[in-house]
Amino acid sequence: MAERIDPQGRRIWRRFTPAQSLLRWSAWLIGVAAFVWCWNRISESTTWFFVWDAPRIAGDILDRATPPDWSYIDRLWVPLWDTINIATLGTLGALVMAVPVAFLAARNTTPSRWLLRPPALLIIVATRSINSLIWALLLIAIIGPGVFAGIVAIAIRSIGFCAKLLYEAIEEIDETQVEAIAATGASRWQVMAYGIVPQVMPAFAGVAVFRWDINIRESTVLGLVGAGGIGLELSSSLNTLAWGQVSLILLIILAAVGASEWVSAKVRGAII
Amino acid sequence: MTVSEAEAQMALEARLGRPWRKPPLIRRAWLRWALGIGALVYLALAVASVEVNWARVYEGLDRGAAFIAAFMSPDFASRASDIYAGMLESIVMTVAASVVGIGVSIPIGLGAARNVAPLPVYLACRGLIAVSRAFQEVIVAILLVAIFGFGPLAGFLTLSFATIGFLSKLLAEDIEAMDRVQAEAVRATGARWLQWINYGVQPQFMPRLIGLSMYRIDINFRESAVLGLVGAGGIGATLNTAFDRYEFDTAAAILIMIIAIVMGLEYLSGIVRARVQ
Repeated sequence: MAERIDPQGRRIWRRFTPAQSLLRWSAWLIGVAAFVWCWNRISESTTWFFVWDAPRIAGDILDRATPPDWSYIDRLWVPLWDTINIATLGTLGALVMAVPVAFLAARNTTPSRWLLRPPALLIIVATRSINSLIWALLLIAIIGPGVFAGIVAIAIRSIGFCAKLLYEAIEEIDETQVEAIAATGASRWQVMAYGIVPQVMPAFAGVAVFRWDINIRESTVLGLVGAGGIGLELSSSLNTLAWGQVSLILLIILAAVGASEWVSAKVRGAII
Repeated sequence: MTVSEAEAQMALEARLGRPWRKPPLIRRAWLRWALGIGALVYLALAVASVEVNWARVYEGLDRGAAFIAAFMSPDFASRASDIYAGMLESIVMTVAASVVGIGVSIPIGLGAARNVAPLPVYLACRGLIAVSRAFQEVIVAILLVAIFGFGPLAGFLTLSFATIGFLSKLLAEDIEAMDRVQAEAVRATGARWLQWINYGVQPQFMPRLIGLSMYRIDINFRESAVLGLVGAGGIGATLNTAFDRYEFDTAAAILIMIIAIVMGLEYLSGIVRARVQ
């Protein structure tokens, strides 16, 4: 905060000192220059003729996509079931793997801070930074296309997310309860089961449901690379330019995502 | 001794001498059993409906081992120019989309906060946010590629759109939970609407906005790595080709670069967040 003296000698309030203003303006200048450069690069590799034509194309697609092809719905139930299974089983698999990783990564429960914590953190970062579609591509190359590849992809992708939130919850527990259990002469595992686990259980359930909700959304697209679920139907409808089917699939996805969000909000509301 | 204390005393007397058992997570017995049995039935059905070709999986183990080995010796060199072009395009898309997305999400976020915006604006903004959040980036990208043609423009628009849904929602929640007193004080000085937003509301959500923006840049980069799969530009196309040709060493190189950049961004956002909060 600063002030300026105007010609009449009155003091006028200013939000920033001149030095602060200069710094802010130069930061803005660099930012804008970077953006303009990026935009120019995008613009160079864009065929602007197609973009100017876009409103007509969009109108055309919308025209073909309405009304949705409702007769197609009978062929969507099985893929939808697969999609939900990919999300649910994938989340379960992720939780099974995330729990030990989280206990290894939390400062207060890791058996060895120098030997086991860094690899646990590396697993968290590596699994989190790679999108589930890329995991699916990789797994399809390894174990072949199908629902199973999708489940494993979702499971691997979710380890980092679940383990990160979980280990933060473990680090925030109340140590006095742990000490109280330890003071009764409990073994290491008993301290874990009666001192730590009850404290992180709500966080664990919350994370599980939250991730399941995200995974429903992610599993809708896994089929595009061949990993099963409703994305497979979406991909084939897109390839045959059956826009009526595409719009129906999008509606189904919208409904599934809405339902999962509702379930997740309900469950989290009940836990917290 | 009051009635409730007497009851507690009696409950304690009844418990004395009996071994303690861990109380169940869900107290109502019927609900516990119903949920447990329901979960088991669902799991059995779900697992039964997943077809696994174990012979194929067993065959694939070799390829899996090859991939892990490739991580030990990633090949940055033989596709260097493709990797460079793809990475640059991913970064360019991330930067441009983050700038536009954050810029647009501020007015939308203000519009979606009930204590700032009038009802029609509120409903329109909330509707936009709901649509943006419901669809995965890749689905949006497919539609935009169909409309705007192949290339980074579709990816840029996709990421901007996704950023708007993500940031505006969290921003709106933050604004709705803001301290009214400060905003009121600025308004009492006779500030115009824009001044009121600028001096009364904006300083309150700014730290959170900066933190969330950093996080979103991180997400945008990760997403930009897959948009190439559907033709929306970025490193994804190169990565897909590498997988298709079983060139695991090139794929490993790309994945290592993605992980390194994400780690760098996370480290940076940690510093920025620590400074603004």
